[in-house]
Amino acid sequence: MATQRKAVALISGGLDSLLAAKVMLEQGIHVEGINFYTGFCVEGHTHAIRKKDKAKPKRNNALWSAEQLGIKLHIIDVIEEYKDVLINPKHGYGQNMNPCLDCKVFMVGKAKEWADENGFDFIITGEVIGQRPMSQRKETMPVISRESGADDRLLRPLCAQNLPETLPEKEGWVNRDELYGFSGRTRKPQMALAEKFGFVDYAQPAGGCCFLTDKAYSVKLTDLWASRGKKEYEIDDIMLLKVGRHFRPKPHFKLIVAREEGENNFLQGYRKQFITLRTMSHKGPLTLLDGTIEDDDLELAAKIVARFSQGRDADTVDVEVAELGEVIKNISVKPFAVDEIQEAWRV
Amino acid sequence: MIELDARRLMCPMPVIKTQDAIKTMVSGDNLRVTCTDPGVMQDIPAWCRINGHTVLKIEEIDHEFILTIEVGND
Ligand code: SF4
Repeated sequence: MATQRKAVALISGGLDSLLAAKVMLEQGIHVEGINFYTGFCVEGHTHAIRKKDKAKPKRNNALWSAEQLGIKLHIIDVIEEYKDVLINPKHGYGQNMNPCLDCKVFMVGKAKEWADENGFDFIITGEVIGQRPMSQRKETMPVISRESGADDRLLRPLCAQNLPETLPEKEGWVNRDELYGFSGRTRKPQMALAEKFGFVDYAQPAGGCCFLTDKAYSVKLTDLWASRGKKEYEIDDIMLLKVGRHFRPKPHFKLIVAREEGENNFLQGYRKQFITLRTMSHKGPLTLLDGTIEDDDLELAAKIVARFSQGRDADTVDVEVAELGEVIKNISVKPFAVDEIQEAWRV
Repeated sequence: MIELDARRLMCPMPVIKTQDAIKTMVSGDNLRVTCTDPGVMQDIPAWCRINGHTVLKIEEIDHEFILTIEVGND
């Protein structure tokens, strides 16, 4: 009996990677999934923060896909290595801060390393020519194969018939005639194939697989880098960009004001790392101050925080300021009126 | 019983830590993971089902989620 060939499938949680893996399973290939956690993935933690999302826990679609397929899934933490991809993308950014082409090269490259270490023969992705403007074009397909080092061991089952033959096809491990030739932005062929395989209730992410395609998120990330004078981040920075209202009233500090109880609880966890402001005379949100403070900055910050408390219309609101968890000051301020909070401060 | 502290980590990090801990264990061993992200209640059992491990017990104590897992064959 011929040896059963092994493929590692990049599983994002979306429909395309689910289908690509299924097409391989149908051809008798042993498939295992791999999923990379960059810190920006839509899958994962945000549902843990906001209280309103807690009632309906969000499933992790990569795990869900693997379970539908009956395959193993290996989730790999690439937070540290991914920094270089995002900070110095050779091929630049997409519409927002998404370095999609470099990201694909990186992920396929990591999958290739994993395949080599674990005795897998080739790599598959759910890419479709023309599906995404930046990374999934006819010209970018060979770039990803070449720069990742996967070369002809990278097979895209959903659009393989539009591309040159790869090793698994040449060697007869897979039958090219039973692969697909999808192209363009339409989702119809994928939906038809999903129906054929009996997949229902699959995830349909609109923008992409990560927060970097989100405009509001990208604006916050750009602001973070501009304020620091250099492009760098830690995991806590990127988590905090997803939480609360952000205001930058002065170039040297930013306020993160919780919007509801879940965010309040989440920000509590950062009390020992930041300056925090809390309204004492009235109920109000917990606020983190990220940056440094000079002279009247605390008063300015307190007026903004007071605006979001239940004392917004009161003459004075008492605000407690703590640094690294220790109370350093108590101030009474008149909350800002709505028009005193400048639009330009909002990040 | 091996203990794993995954408090303050957000999904999928607790899943990744669980996966990495199990890699160093053998079939029949037990792992107890303590987490604070409620997402683990879905994600860790899903990961275990996929990879052939058994969740023996799920507890919720003082806003912490504690999962006891028996390592499977593979
Ligand atoms: S959307 Fe995000 S995760 Fe997906 S390819 Fe682009 S940068 Fe990478």
